[in-house]
Amino acid sequence: MPVSVRIPTVMRPNTGGESKVEVVGGTVGSVVDELVERYPGLSTHLRAADGGLHKFVNVYVNDEDIRYLDKLETKLAEGDEIAILPAVAGGA
Amino acid sequence: MSEQVWLELVAHAYDGLPDEACGLLAGADAEGDDAEVVRFVPTANADHSAKTYSIDGRELLAVERALEGDGLVIVGVAHSHTHTEAYPSPTDIAQAELLGPWHFVIVSLKRPEASARSYRIVEGHVVEEPVVLVDR
Repeated sequence: MPVSVRIPTVMRPNTGGESKVEVVGGTVGSVVDELVERYPGLSTHLRAADGGLHKFVNVYVNDEDIRYLDKLETKLAEGDEIAILPAVAGGA
Repeated sequence: MSEQVWLELVAHAYDGLPDEACGLLAGADAEGDDAEVVRFVPTANADHSAKTYSIDGRELLAVERALEGDGLVIVGVAHSHTHTEAYPSPTDIAQAELLGPWHFVIVSLKRPEASARSYRIVEGHVVEEPVVLVDR
């Protein structure tokens, strides 16, 4: 299932500057696997030590947060737009 | 940054009171050690808190898309410290893990006159960098 993945600016040094990449995958998890395989530098950005998604990464499918869908099991359809975003937060 | 950007940044920090305020810094390119901030994009503090801030992912995505249309990218993030110095807190440093290329501007409202300092936060190391106002 070809889908497009939007890469945030902070991760583009790891994709050779690409802001949008086409990936084939049936779920968000398989898309993440494919991205890490293609761009090994993304591994530390996307993966937690336990193999899950990094806690500071948010993933959106057609602008819906996967935490409110089926997380990494979220199924994808052809043409879906996936956006990877870093969590932007802090505190005094 | 220009004086205009600086004034917008400080105004947004005051507007956010009593909560911390935050926003994104846009520039023409994200590479190199220095960044010229050509636009400040105020965002909502999704935490609605005086002690922490976060930018909702959907708002971040919308800002990225809008900037792209203007040939700009996000080069950093600004937030206010309402009662403390403009120095990154342990939370700021921990949360910066994936934001290595960004510049972190912190506006302190601790004193009657707002002040700002800027940092790079790479792998837990904080390095201050000067904030320079330029005429454009």
